[in-house]
Amino acid sequence: MNIHEYQGKEILRNYGVKVPNGNVAYTVDEAVEAAKKLGSTVSVVKAQIHAGGRGKAGGVKVAKNLDEVRTYADEILGKTLITHQTGPEGKEVKRLLIEEGCDIQKEYYVGLVLDRATSRVVMMASEEGGTEIEEVAEKTPEKIFKEVIDPVVGLSGYQARRLAFNINIPDELIGKAVKFMTGLYQAFVEKDCSIAEINPLVTTGDGEVLALDAKLNFDDNALYRHKDVLELRDLDEEDEKEIEASKYDLSYISLDGNIGCMVNGAGLAMSTMDIIKHYGGDPANFLDVGGGATAEKVTEAFKIILSDSNVKGIFVNIFGGIMKCDVIAEGVVEATKQVGLDIPLVVRLEGTNVDLGKKILDESGLNITSAGSMADGAEKIVSLVK
Amino acid sequence: MSVFINKDTKVIVQGITGGTAKFHTKQMLEYGTKIVGGVTPKKGGTEVEGVPVFNTVQDAVDATGANASVIYVPAPFAADAILEAVDAELDLVICITEHIPVMDMVKVKRYMEGKKTRLVGPNCPGVITPEECKIGIMPGYIHKKGHIGVVSRSGTLTYEAVHQLSEAGFGQSTAVGIGGDPVNGTDFIDVLKAFNEDPETEAVIMIGEIGGTAEEEAAEWVKANMKKPVVGFIGGATAPPGKRMGHAGAIISGGKGTADEKIRVMNECGIQVAETPAVMGETMIKVLEENGLVEKCKTH
Repeated sequence: MNIHEYQGKEILRNYGVKVPNGNVAYTVDEAVEAAKKLGSTVSVVKAQIHAGGRGKAGGVKVAKNLDEVRTYADEILGKTLITHQTGPEGKEVKRLLIEEGCDIQKEYYVGLVLDRATSRVVMMASEEGGTEIEEVAEKTPEKIFKEVIDPVVGLSGYQARRLAFNINIPDELIGKAVKFMTGLYQAFVEKDCSIAEINPLVTTGDGEVLALDAKLNFDDNALYRHKDVLELRDLDEEDEKEIEASKYDLSYISLDGNIGCMVNGAGLAMSTMDIIKHYGGDPANFLDVGGGATAEKVTEAFKIILSDSNVKGIFVNIFGGIMKCDVIAEGVVEATKQVGLDIPLVVRLEGTNVDLGKKILDESGLNITSAGSMADGAEKIVSLVK
Repeated sequence: MSVFINKDTKVIVQGITGGTAKFHTKQMLEYGTKIVGGVTPKKGGTEVEGVPVFNTVQDAVDATGANASVIYVPAPFAADAILEAVDAELDLVICITEHIPVMDMVKVKRYMEGKKTRLVGPNCPGVITPEECKIGIMPGYIHKKGHIGVVSRSGTLTYEAVHQLSEAGFGQSTAVGIGGDPVNGTDFIDVLKAFNEDPETEAVIMIGEIGGTAEEEAAEWVKANMKKPVVGFIGGATAPPGKRMGHAGAIISGGKGTADEKIRVMNECGIQVAETPAVMGETMIKVLEENGLVEKCKTH
């Protein structure tokens, strides 16, 4: 799960990580009010969307007085920002962060991620702040420093110090940088983050080490123990169909194509998309109904696929293990009863209770094309939607 | 022979009184697996499918002499269940449970350093040595005894591969699901090593997917050490970057973990990669032909 920058900074503040003073605003008036409260000579108006690259897209402006705050807030609120992370359709700005300006001396990068190779959390730091870390990794990998963290002892003082020295934080600010990194690691672990990225971390003219931006992502599997984090979820930032699917524990991701897919198992679901492409078609979604799905869940899954107006045909590909084929068949029949079906449907069933499933579909009177294998099904649906 | 499990493996089921566990305990017993006990705290002294239930793993091990366990415990308690099994010094722990928080697994992996237990999973279908022992949730009937080793990050994709092999007459020595999570116990290389040393296994199919670099590392290992032919498949060639495709570990991030890169490295290391999931079996048969192994591996 993603959250907004201002929410991330709020969390970090609680862990002793220094961030600039600031407040969220939903309207232009609130923005001006927030700037007044800050009382700083310069304030920054920052668009709050779940995507990076906001600055380049015109979503971050420095205001020298309250009039400028009003002008910029008016300009950015309601604007659709298109960045390299939003996709071509962009994202509408509904919230602003109004923050006090600061006297930036130098920009750095600090981030935490899970390192799959060592099964441990790794802190990365670089002197090349403000640039995307992937870009730094590609062009100047020697400028990225890493510390692998033992979960038993956590981030040690010497590790944080080593990072701070390696990225050339001025000597007099090493202590503050260590405190910053230690707090960041603490927040990462205690809140079950999957990514924590501070880009840039800045040193200021008045001798502070600050998080000028903050990107926190959370492990969805751990949200059950973080009700406070769950409350920060912003449904405006998520795909409607993905929200609907999440209510039923379905794993669904919207794509751009026109062939709806319903599959059991993540690996098979991905491969079903691949094989549709292989035969010249375009999948409209990734959908894993999971192993323990009920007929009701399958019905909802089918309805979600049908609610996408781009969908011109559906391919159901099931290899029953835990999932029983008759349950899938019942769900498909029930969903079409409820919402109708006027596009081609190809079904491939294999595995547990396959005969029972086929019988249910045959007796339903629905116009279903059955497929003997995954390849056969993919070929059939691709030719049917052409 | 086989890897990890065989007809003598004695298994306990952790979380045996839950619905899914009960169902699969029955399935495993019907397959012939030696399920000797179950564990659910406070349910000690009861029975499930005629199997005695104990309060702790240690109690179960002491009473039954079990050497393996399978975990169906819900995600919030699953990491603790793994620790309990490791502490009881079982040889093998297979964790089926999905959705375990990553931080829990980071701690589990750290705890397991230097311990004797092998963990398979979490978030996996389990391990099966056909016609001997099935531990997990896979449909038993698609498997046939034979000489092809199967290792995979995905459950249903494994079934697909096994089904294709069995239909064509090629049985399997053991099929190991290592799971779709970013932090897991047994990795591709562990399983490849075991297959390399197993006299019953003549060739191996490894099924990977997008995310991480485990397939690339495994491919390098194959190039340097493997004495038997290896065939591969990678799911998710068309998956968009930055999106988690169902499995917690199936995500392309920062340009890393793409199917193209994995396939490139695997090819470079001498692994033939099936072009689509529909031809995993065909690709294996082609490689067996090239290596003169068809006759040896054709089992039915």
